[in-house]
Amino acid sequence: MTEEVFADGDSPLHRTAPVIRAALAIIYCTVVALLNEFYAILAALAFSTLMAGAAKLGPGRVLRHLSWALGFLLFLWLVLPWSISGSPFFGIGRLTISAEGVALCGRITLKSISILLAMMSLLATMRVASLGQALGKLGLPPRLVQLLLLAYRYLFVLEQEYHRLYRAARIRNFSPRTNIHTYRTFAYLAAMLLVRAVHRAQRVHQAMVCRGFNGSFHSLQVYRPTVWNPVVAVVGGLICLTLAVLEMTI
Amino acid sequence: MERTLSSDGKTTSAQIPLVRLSQICFRYPGGPLVLDHLDFELFAGDRIGLVAPNGSGKTTLFHLIMGLVKPESGRIEAFGRVLESENDFTSVRRRIGLLFQDADDQLFSPTVLEDVAFGPLNLGRSRREAIDISRRTLAFLGLEGFEDRVTIKLSGGEKRLVSLATVLAMEPEVLLLDEPTTGLDNDTRSTLITVLQQLDMTMVVISHDFDFLDQVTRRIFSLENGRLLTDEQVHFHVHRHAHKMGKTPHRHH
Repeated sequence: MTEEVFADGDSPLHRTAPVIRAALAIIYCTVVALLNEFYAILAALAFSTLMAGAAKLGPGRVLRHLSWALGFLLFLWLVLPWSISGSPFFGIGRLTISAEGVALCGRITLKSISILLAMMSLLATMRVASLGQALGKLGLPPRLVQLLLLAYRYLFVLEQEYHRLYRAARIRNFSPRTNIHTYRTFAYLAAMLLVRAVHRAQRVHQAMVCRGFNGSFHSLQVYRPTVWNPVVAVVGGLICLTLAVLEMTI
Repeated sequence: MERTLSSDGKTTSAQIPLVRLSQICFRYPGGPLVLDHLDFELFAGDRIGLVAPNGSGKTTLFHLIMGLVKPESGRIEAFGRVLESENDFTSVRRRIGLLFQDADDQLFSPTVLEDVAFGPLNLGRSRREAIDISRRTLAFLGLEGFEDRVTIKLSGGEKRLVSLATVLAMEPEVLLLDEPTTGLDNDTRSTLITVLQQLDMTMVVISHDFDFLDQVTRRIFSLENGRLLTDEQVHFHVHRHAHKMGKTPHRHH
């Protein structure tokens, strides 16, 4: 869960300054999310695929990570086509699938994949510490940056804590069923997890303060100025512009 | 192993204690007095072991010195200055290193090197200096090659040594160690003993492990009824004996 699978790599995108990548990711994803025309959406998908190629992510790993999102999208396909009214596309008896529903599902699916691919190529290619710093430079309040970084680090510890509590319940023969005892036990587990998280947070903060922490994180990773900084910024900007123009002229 | 770390000799004259607590009272909200008009003086070069039952306020004593909790009444001085505001304590934390009971509280960076460099970077060192200090500290603890290891995947003993590295990398003059041997196997425990014997620092060590204290400290204090008892008052006496069944859990009275 806490592994940064795409962070280590050597591609032009990996070397580009995190601030540029983070800013580009925000603009690009906003533009793609607002697209409505199929040609523009297909163009976005093409651009995103090119980005993944430029970041040398590897098709196998990309597909494995996309499959998580595809699971969610499958639910949309199961529900939306039946529930949106419009001209019938395909029907069995009184059950009909509307053309509008299918088109909507298609749009959502393609846009999701485009955005995820862009996120993987632009953001997942840096460490979370660098992402935090980049977002800080882009004006995200320091508190939110800290929240992001620490949440990321302690997700793992909380997960371990949960397993520890659940093991403690299981060795006393707890097996979940559909009854009030089960619900109460899970409520206790969740509550205890919260209490422990608060205590843990206090101790961690104390330990950080003891080591001179004063609210800002320093990163050991350096990004030297590279020719890729202006290239990525300009090409990325042009891509966003092209998509916007496509959307508005068709 | 060559000694590469030492206090930088900025200690004041031997008469003035590095840390002085006077008439400290402390209680946790809604609880009884944990520390009751406690007095404590720590001089340069002292190596004190602190032995007392659970809940007697040993950890609290450390946290008071670091300014992590505030006393109900009493005065805390360090390096010749009275400490009151958060700012006063900030400068003290550079010169006193505290090793926490649970290493998971101390290690929060993805990799070992980043975690050890966290302190030096906070102290305003450059990236290069911070990396140099971190590497040197890790080497001193016999942790060469650990730089890129992921902190959450270290073993318990490795976590303890890395947390000690994070504290030593700040180059403190005083070390406060809170139960450093709990949960350590014999190898890591003896590494820790060797390391602490080589460090020429003032230190206070909380532990229930008399044999460990015998090897790394010179005096043994205790806490009773919220007050500190020095070794003249405690009369711990050290004797060694061998007997069978030493591996079976047992108690000495």
